[in-house]
Amino acid sequence: MSTARGPQPSGSRLEGRRAAAGWLFITPVLVILGVFLLVPVLMAAWVSVSDWTGRGSPLSGSTSFVGADNYRALVLGGGLPTQDFGMSLRNNAWYVFLVVPVQTALSLLLAVLVNRRLLRARGFFRTAFYFPSVTSSVAITVVFLFLFSASGAVNRLVGNLGANGPNWFSDARGVGHLLLGGVGVDRAPSALADHGFVGISWWDWLAGPSVAMTVFIVMAVFTTSGTFMLLFLAALQSISDEIDEAAMMDGASPWQRFSRVTLPMLRPTLFTVTTLGLIGTWQVFDQIYTGSQGGPAKTTLTPAYLSYSASFLSGQWGRGAAIAFILFAIIIVLTALQRFVLRDRGTPRRRRLVPSSSSVVPAGAAPGPATEPGGAP
Amino acid sequence: MTAATAPARPTTADDARERRMRHSGRRRRIGLVLVFLMLVALTVVYVYPFLIAVATSFTTQEQSVTNPLSLVPADATTDAYQRLFLRSDFPVWLRNSVIVTTCVTIGRVFLDSLAGYALARLPFRGRRPVFAGVVAVMAVPGVVLLIPKFLVINQLGMYDSFAGLIIPLLADAAGVFIMKNFFESIPVSVEEAARIDGAGVFRTYWSVILPMARPAIVTLVILSFQGSWNELSHFIVAAQDPQLNTLTKGVAQLASGALSQGSQYPIKLAAATVMTIPVAVLFFIFQRRIMNSTAGAEKG
Repeated sequence: MSTARGPQPSGSRLEGRRAAAGWLFITPVLVILGVFLLVPVLMAAWVSVSDWTGRGSPLSGSTSFVGADNYRALVLGGGLPTQDFGMSLRNNAWYVFLVVPVQTALSLLLAVLVNRRLLRARGFFRTAFYFPSVTSSVAITVVFLFLFSASGAVNRLVGNLGANGPNWFSDARGVGHLLLGGVGVDRAPSALADHGFVGISWWDWLAGPSVAMTVFIVMAVFTTSGTFMLLFLAALQSISDEIDEAAMMDGASPWQRFSRVTLPMLRPTLFTVTTLGLIGTWQVFDQIYTGSQGGPAKTTLTPAYLSYSASFLSGQWGRGAAIAFILFAIIIVLTALQRFVLRDRGTPRRRRLVPSSSSVVPAGAAPGPATEPGGAP
Repeated sequence: MTAATAPARPTTADDARERRMRHSGRRRRIGLVLVFLMLVALTVVYVYPFLIAVATSFTTQEQSVTNPLSLVPADATTDAYQRLFLRSDFPVWLRNSVIVTTCVTIGRVFLDSLAGYALARLPFRGRRPVFAGVVAVMAVPGVVLLIPKFLVINQLGMYDSFAGLIIPLLADAAGVFIMKNFFESIPVSVEEAARIDGAGVFRTYWSVILPMARPAIVTLVILSFQGSWNELSHFIVAAQDPQLNTLTKGVAQLASGALSQGSQYPIKLAAATVMTIPVAVLFFIFQRRIMNSTAGAEKG
């Protein structure tokens, strides 16, 4: 990060004054970021290895060190905490697995459609697609609660087509199990039922997102595709028309032009979008808090919400903090993994097609319903 | 779409190319119509939910159940709004949201631009590590900080107070980053001129540099306003007193049924509509700028 240096003033007194002003100017921000970001993380690290119950200060003498007990109870304990945590991981994993590809593909499609030069009113379409991204996740969740209620708009549409819609938000059946049931598999093979991972049997991992979670998945795609569309649009507009025209002259079909010429040039943006998507989708909280509080049958529980409810509702602060750290680790590991998988291979030099500011987008500010960045934008 | 199907008999490459050229005009037009139809369909999907939400907020509970798809309420009523404003805590939530958002926006613009200016132009010792630290901070996922932030707010005795709602949101690394980038694009010669005229550092910043940074400041105002107006998780961990509920927290609790019985969609949708109006207005005024700056930090 090269910073433009101011001219070196002649007088060293002036120089000193400017340096002092520099510190003075930046101190408020540093203090606030330090006190409300750095110190909290250290304090939470302590709480996650302590038995603090929420009474008094976690730094007082009555709180004692319990080592990795909280972490062990979550991952290896096998009891209810492990099952809840495993459940939240399963729910969120399916959510990420479905939301990230769909939102990426849809936002790319929207960007390509809106990018037509000949198209009139493209400003209007852009606005329409982007609007859900600026409204609050609480308001959108309220709207979706209404749309997907038992007698709501969606079920009315489904009814008009001659089918019966489910009672979306109280349907805990897993979509995966429903699909397996459709092909005649409705009981778990014992190999899958008897073994599992983090307190959840493999058969239950296969259950897929519940019908209720599916609504949250649709909502996530709905609210984030507009933001990502803009990222793709910025990239598309920086690709010169000449390249496309050259390919056209060579007789390439529209699909060939898109898949062989445009798509490779969008690679850096694709990378940004999937990274932001990955980071954002692991942090689902607002929607769950507003819409379902983890129900029905815990099938919309997410690690972020579980971390909150374990601490604030059950008084298990150590466990809540431990969940937050495990979540942090998951996000970091998956982002690194994704970096590795999508790394540039064979491309001689990295090109940034997105404006430079977006290459350092804060994780907390990952666009999407998943994030109302908790103060750390 | 006849042109799209492969020719029945294989022709030479030249033939095919010529054919493509001849058909390309018509094909383009058909393609454009298809694209347009697709866009219209997608627009309906994206906009219709908001329209029914607003329409339903003007009906009765019975109507909302019998006619969930209707855009024109059969018997329009402002009952939901009256109950919201006259017989609920909604006005308190609204007031709190206005207070918090105003303070956070003003505070962020001031503090972030000061810090951004220092990082861009003032040669103090340790500038590089400080900047690296600010960037690193941006990488911490917000949700991970929920409990940690409560711990510190509680420890500092700011729990259940406006200070706890506002102060932690005041500094924001992404804003510092935006301001720093912008200040670097202003020619150094401007400052030099001011300095030669004998203006102090703060004066130069305040009356010469800041006015030039208007575009970046507008961007920051929009992002801060939208971010703090839509913020939820921080308000959940920073207070529990219902008198300190902001719109997001109040409406979220209303939606989850904590404060009411039954579904009561009209009143919930009325609340959602009112809380969306300020960001919607801001969005339509600054559409261009918002959509251009989104490439940067969004929803922050």
